Amino acid sequence: MKCKEGPPVLIIRVGDAFCKACFKDYFVHKFRATLGKNRCIFPGEKVLLAFSGGPASSAMVRQVQEGLSRDAAKKLRFKPGIVFVDEGAVCGQDLGKRREVHSQVEMILRATGFPFHLVHLEEVFDLPGSILRSISHNATDDSQSYKEAVDGFIRRQQQQQSERTGDSLPGQLSELSVRCPPGKEAVEVPGPLSVSHTAELTHLFRAVKTLTAKEELLQTLRNHLILHVARTNGYTKVMMGDSCTRVAVKLLANLCLGRGAFLAGDTGFSDSRHGDVLVLRPMREYSAKEIAFYNRLFGVPAVFTPSLDTKVRGAALHRSSPPVPAAQIQRPCSPPPPAPGRPPHYPLISFLYKLQSEFPATISTVYRTGEKLGTTPRDAGGDAEPERCLLCLCHLDTSVVDGSSLQSTLLSEELCRKPPPSAGSGCCGGAPNETGCCRSSPTAGAVPSQAVLFPLLCYSCRLTVKDMTCLEPLPPYVHSEAERRQRRAAMKQEIQEFLLEDDLPAS
Amino acid sequence: MAAPLCVQLEFGGGAELLFDGVRKHQVTLPIQPGPWDIRCLLVWIKENLLKERLELFMQGDSVRPGILVLINEADWELMGELDYQLQDQDNVVFISTLHGG
Repeated sequence: MKCKEGPPVLIIRVGDAFCKACFKDYFVHKFRATLGKNRCIFPGEKVLLAFSGGPASSAMVRQVQEGLSRDAAKKLRFKPGIVFVDEGAVCGQDLGKRREVHSQVEMILRATGFPFHLVHLEEVFDLPGSILRSISHNATDDSQSYKEAVDGFIRRQQQQQSERTGDSLPGQLSELSVRCPPGKEAVEVPGPLSVSHTAELTHLFRAVKTLTAKEELLQTLRNHLILHVARTNGYTKVMMGDSCTRVAVKLLANLCLGRGAFLAGDTGFSDSRHGDVLVLRPMREYSAKEIAFYNRLFGVPAVFTPSLDTKVRGAALHRSSPPVPAAQIQRPCSPPPPAPGRPPHYPLISFLYKLQSEFPATISTVYRTGEKLGTTPRDAGGDAEPERCLLCLCHLDTSVVDGSSLQSTLLSEELCRKPPPSAGSGCCGGAPNETGCCRSSPTAGAVPSQAVLFPLLCYSCRLTVKDMTCLEPLPPYVHSEAERRQRRAAMKQEIQEFLLEDDLPAS
Repeated sequence: MAAPLCVQLEFGGGAELLFDGVRKHQVTLPIQPGPWDIRCLLVWIKENLLKERLELFMQGDSVRPGILVLINEADWELMGELDYQLQDQDNVVFISTLHGG
């Protein structure tokens, strides 16, 4: 790995310095190795790269560019496209700033020569309900079919090559046209922004009380939108730019958020919860440091966009302290007072980095532990198609089994909600429930709606929904799909007695 | 003892937000009795450039874990970290990796 020639420029593992050229080889090789090892992208397949403007996804786009420009033997063989979701409306950017970010992103994406799709988060209000359905797709023996697909692709390629040996120029031209996708039609720039949708979106996020829930909701909506772009444009894989550092943080944070049951899907290399579109995380073996150095040393452009948190941090800052000349800030590093409902990510990032600075294997250990988690779904009750969460599309983890932690959580919630004993002998004298005056809570309007959604959600998404003051502002596709599922459940109940059950005891 | 030094400082990856959003700073470090090492530079930055939220940039007398430092396009871990002695026209880059990706 060390060529012993070039000057060393960075250390990734202790005592193992890289020169610039070796680092580049190492970085590029790792990307191809990750894809090769997992054997899930078939030649000629359309793959959507989710680009956020941040360092990791920018590096990912560059890796795909590198991979496609290689000589045939090592060349990546899929057809990439890029999607960028503009979240400016919920991150406190005004229209001018959003347009600026937009043109920056557009410039970067145009330079890649790949087809790209720029979408606004506002478009979630136009999504169809089908986005919340997992479209089953019968995966046969993948390893076998992968081999066949690759062989077939190579054979076809050789055929084409032999056909065009005679006249090299047209051959080269056709090669060129394959490489540079036809410019105009491949580029999708959104139409004028619908002002009413922007208002709806801000309204939706205002209805969410905590930053944690906001962050979760944003992520859910973003994923739905990316999935929609993938489905409508025929992409069968989506690549996300989660780095190793990010995966480690996500592992711990998701445990805190009650998503323990879905860790494998949320952080693994491939995630098949949507059925037809597979989500991949090819950057998960790169640490944030490697990515930052790569981007710096090889001039990978990135766009800095504020996140939900940046805005809140800024706002909190301006509220709490008048500008103080920097020289006067003498106090030692006291952590900022935690904002209410702050997501677990931020303290976890600090925690992991701090530990990492003293124990350099921390992040990779957390990451590798997560890698051992399997994605095998439980066959709950032998049901043919297990219920999936309405929002995150994970298999529901909410069947209350005796002795489960969910059961005790629900029980303690129940106990907390009970009116204090004094109320029993109070105004309505413990009237039969729902009729007495102390039973009706001021939030009565929101309760039925929540009660309707709850059975359709996983534990973690329930927590997110619980942090919303009202559910009306949720995009229409969520409501329509919820209704559809309820109708189906009701119908199933109705015809239940006429159904032949498979698991009847043999009599 | 040491003559005034001209160095270029750069902040990236979100760290520039703590410096009024300005990424590149061409600065001249005043004459001081001892040599200018990174440790002194950080103190100087803290007193002269940093606009807000010291704790997001520094921890103790070093940078906060998660902020990478490059000296002349090389990892500062190769250059002696805090003890590296600045030369005239050096380029020091701070990249935050704390913002996500």
